[in-house]
Amino acid sequence: MAKHHIEATVNGDAVEFLCETEETLLDVLRDTLNLTGSKEGCASGDCGACSVMLDGRLVCSCLVLGCEISGRKVETIEGMAKGDSLHPLQQRFLEAAALQCGICTPGVLVASKALLEKNPDPSEHEVRFWLAGNLCRCTGYDKIVTAVMDTAAAMRKG
Amino acid sequence: MAETNGHSQANGHSYVGTRQIRPDGVDKVTGRARFGADFNLPGQLIGRVLRSPYPHARIVAIDTSKAEALPGVKAVITRDDFGDQPSEFIPAGEMMMNYKDVVRNVMAREKALYEGHAVAAVAATSAAIARRALKLIDVKYEVLPHVIDVVAAMRPDAPLLHDDLFTVGVEPKPEKPSNVAKRVEIKVGDVEAGFKKADLVVEREFKTAPVHQGYIEPHAALASASEDGSVELWTTTQGHFIVRAHCARLLGLDIGKVRVTATEIGGGFGGKTVVYLEPLAIALSRKAKRAVKMVMSREEVFKASGPTSGATVRVKMGSTRDGKFVAGFAELKYQAGAFQGSPVQPGTMCAYAPYDIENVHVIGYDVVSNRPKVAAYRAPGAPISEYAVESVVDEIAKKLELDPIELRMMNAAREGTKAAYGPKFGPIGLEETLNSIKKTEHWNTPLRKWQGRGVASGFWFNIGGETSVSLTVNEDGTISLMAGTPDIGGLRAALTSVAADELGVPYDKVRPIIGDTGSLSFNFLTGGSRSAFSGSMAIVEAARQIKNDLIARACKLWEAKPDQVEWKDGAVRPLGALAEKVKPMTIADFAKVSGKTGGPIGGVGRINAQGAGPSFGTHLVDLEVDPETGRATILRYTVAQDAGRALHPAYVEGQYQGGAVQGIGWALNEEYIYGEDGKLQNAGFLDYRMPVASDVPMIDTVLVEVGNPKHPYGVRGVGETPIVPPLAAIANAMENATGIRFTELPMSPPKVLKALKDKGLNKA
Amino acid sequence: MARVVLVGNLAQVTGGVAEFDLSATSVQQLFRQLTALHPALERHLETGVAVAIDGQIYQDTLHEPIAPDSEVFVLPQIAGG
Repeated sequence: MAKHHIEATVNGDAVEFLCETEETLLDVLRDTLNLTGSKEGCASGDCGACSVMLDGRLVCSCLVLGCEISGRKVETIEGMAKGDSLHPLQQRFLEAAALQCGICTPGVLVASKALLEKNPDPSEHEVRFWLAGNLCRCTGYDKIVTAVMDTAAAMRKG
Repeated sequence: MAETNGHSQANGHSYVGTRQIRPDGVDKVTGRARFGADFNLPGQLIGRVLRSPYPHARIVAIDTSKAEALPGVKAVITRDDFGDQPSEFIPAGEMMMNYKDVVRNVMAREKALYEGHAVAAVAATSAAIARRALKLIDVKYEVLPHVIDVVAAMRPDAPLLHDDLFTVGVEPKPEKPSNVAKRVEIKVGDVEAGFKKADLVVEREFKTAPVHQGYIEPHAALASASEDGSVELWTTTQGHFIVRAHCARLLGLDIGKVRVTATEIGGGFGGKTVVYLEPLAIALSRKAKRAVKMVMSREEVFKASGPTSGATVRVKMGSTRDGKFVAGFAELKYQAGAFQGSPVQPGTMCAYAPYDIENVHVIGYDVVSNRPKVAAYRAPGAPISEYAVESVVDEIAKKLELDPIELRMMNAAREGTKAAYGPKFGPIGLEETLNSIKKTEHWNTPLRKWQGRGVASGFWFNIGGETSVSLTVNEDGTISLMAGTPDIGGLRAALTSVAADELGVPYDKVRPIIGDTGSLSFNFLTGGSRSAFSGSMAIVEAARQIKNDLIARACKLWEAKPDQVEWKDGAVRPLGALAEKVKPMTIADFAKVSGKTGGPIGGVGRINAQGAGPSFGTHLVDLEVDPETGRATILRYTVAQDAGRALHPAYVEGQYQGGAVQGIGWALNEEYIYGEDGKLQNAGFLDYRMPVASDVPMIDTVLVEVGNPKHPYGVRGVGETPIVPPLAAIANAMENATGIRFTELPMSPPKVLKALKDKGLNKA
Repeated sequence: MARVVLVGNLAQVTGGVAEFDLSATSVQQLFRQLTALHPALERHLETGVAVAIDGQIYQDTLHEPIAPDSEVFVLPQIAGG
């Protein structure tokens, strides 16, 4: 079976690659495009470590096929910081020690950014349920949730 | 020689105890940090493992010829590629590891002993070809009856896993092999006499299911073997020096020829202190003459890496009517998985550790069964035994109508108390944690119907161990810090603070890395709550060498005597009359003239850190039970734990919070579910249900600091204790909420609902 | 003489004797003296034990001093996860 030839936009850059039918977007990002920031924790859409934005929508890249992104826009953790500036969420996570081993952090940050773009004033309840798709085994979620809410407040102040 | 001591401060500012940004943080929030599966070498092959579909089977024959013939397959390995190992016990984690077992766990030999046991492995030019190759390997199995449950495995007629396993620790020595590997026992005083003195005796039996450490990052290894017999290995591990030792042993290599780099690690909790893929990747690489990368799938992690024991525990405690514990008995039966080595020994020692009881008798059994070999999981053995004991303590409190904190205070171990496992405690913080909990607003908040409150205490011994770190002064006066214990959650931040304080330099002028095995002397693994404790101790030593060296150089430069100079605030300073002749020299000043004054400036701390002090913790939890679904929702959670001295408070709090939530999962939902066929039914995150963000509230923390006199900063390890109290605290809260004492974990909704229904309580 | 107690299964190796009064002034001497009394202890002492001296637990170290009035426990080795 011949590979698919795909053209898409990843983190604002035009990309072009070949992939097998069964390769997931996560496989393509990590193995073909060398963007290893998105992680494989389960390959079944249960842990969120592979979270990316696809045409502005939060998805598990392990549940999207590489050949599905033809002509579409993908944003990964690697595109979150702009030049020298970290995104306020990234900065706040560092200050608040909202990560320990860091394996879930890319997925959590992508998901949190998606939340704040949709809802700039989430309650604790809303943050927890939005992030319910991102497993973290180290932090117990406390500092993550606090960091997201503090960032939301800071961003609302402008 | 002017001696140096104490904690220098850069311009009067101390970093230890403050919340600095971790030096490895930016890479972790940008996706730049590289974990095990993020490493690649040009031309690498992909390795995959063929695993037994049967929980117990003799491996009659393996035919790999068709797989080897598949284009793209460069190497296939089986048991024939590993030399057998003699039976020899060596320390590995808190368990003694027998290499005869290790070689068999890494690759099955005579038998497949659990579903998922590695039987063969291939390396191919793509993952797809590797998967296809596995299907072409023909294994002839003779399926045998299997046994999973620990009590069933102890029966004399149970299917036998090893015909050379004779129970150690019983007299007379058994004539027939069994699945009971070991019987252990600790005894103090006379429990029978104690029970006679008791006004109240409570006896209960408890059962826990096996649970997995649940690290989000699967195991991964990348090996590159050279024609000269040397090997380079990148692996996600808690102990790369231990990995090196295991691989050298299993593959017949000189340790010095194996160079292991510990990648960033995505969680371990004890489960990454052993080898699974590493020896396979090296063996494949040697055969294929190319680098081989292997990564486990999530299913493989559940089926083929060691979770912790499931257990059956019987506890019997006696108390006077005033609440003085007079006797504590317990019998623990822990599953070891396919090979011996459950954490039943520390389980026996921890069971009654928080209490001052004159008469204690704890017996433990280490039992094999057809499940993956257990690996360490955060305070191995202790959560299970303390779940049982702390539940009974709660029952005693209820029956005697005593406040559960007061009851614990009355019996609490303190400095000078003789531990149940023998020695007297030094200064410890159990009482402080109990008092802290009592003072919280949480403790004093009223509860409503179907809400319950539970409290429990726990501890871990903590260890020190062999540790090597190096501190180097670079030409511009910046400092390079190399540690050798993988950083699993903020270690580099803590060590950087210590180095900065010791040398009197700004925090951001110290750059820490975790060195590979070729760059440092031996380091025991990250575990046992030892890395911050031991690492900081070694840094103090390395810094002392640097300071003494700089003092000596200053004396030569200034033609002064040692009593005319002192080290203070990041510089060597002239004293008295000398101060009129010369100016102080900072580390950066010395760095500029290092060559001329003797050579490069650096220090190495190589120690076997002793003096570890135990960390006690007390947890308080409120929960609410929905009587119509059986679901328990955690409403509020507070952890009070003794850190001795928190080098970095935020990461210490993080340990308290993370361990508590793992405990919540263990108590309420996590378990390995086996079918009658001995196969794991929930080998994925959907059905192996760990807590998600919406399952838990904020975890409040109280940082107690009863300094450890044996550590230069007073540090106590903190990583493991947090998982010890939650199981009982939550079970006690459930009892408080429902009136039902749950003696089986997890207290998942179906089980809770059934219990409520049996009592006619399942209505709001 | 230091009072030395064997904790746990070690007493089985000595046929039930768990308590000793020994003149050892270091862990190394302690192990030698114990082994002289009960040769079967040797391999257990080489790997797999911790030694608590006056309440402080030491692991894997031969030269820790033992005072004449020390209270010493020989324990199973401890690690963690």
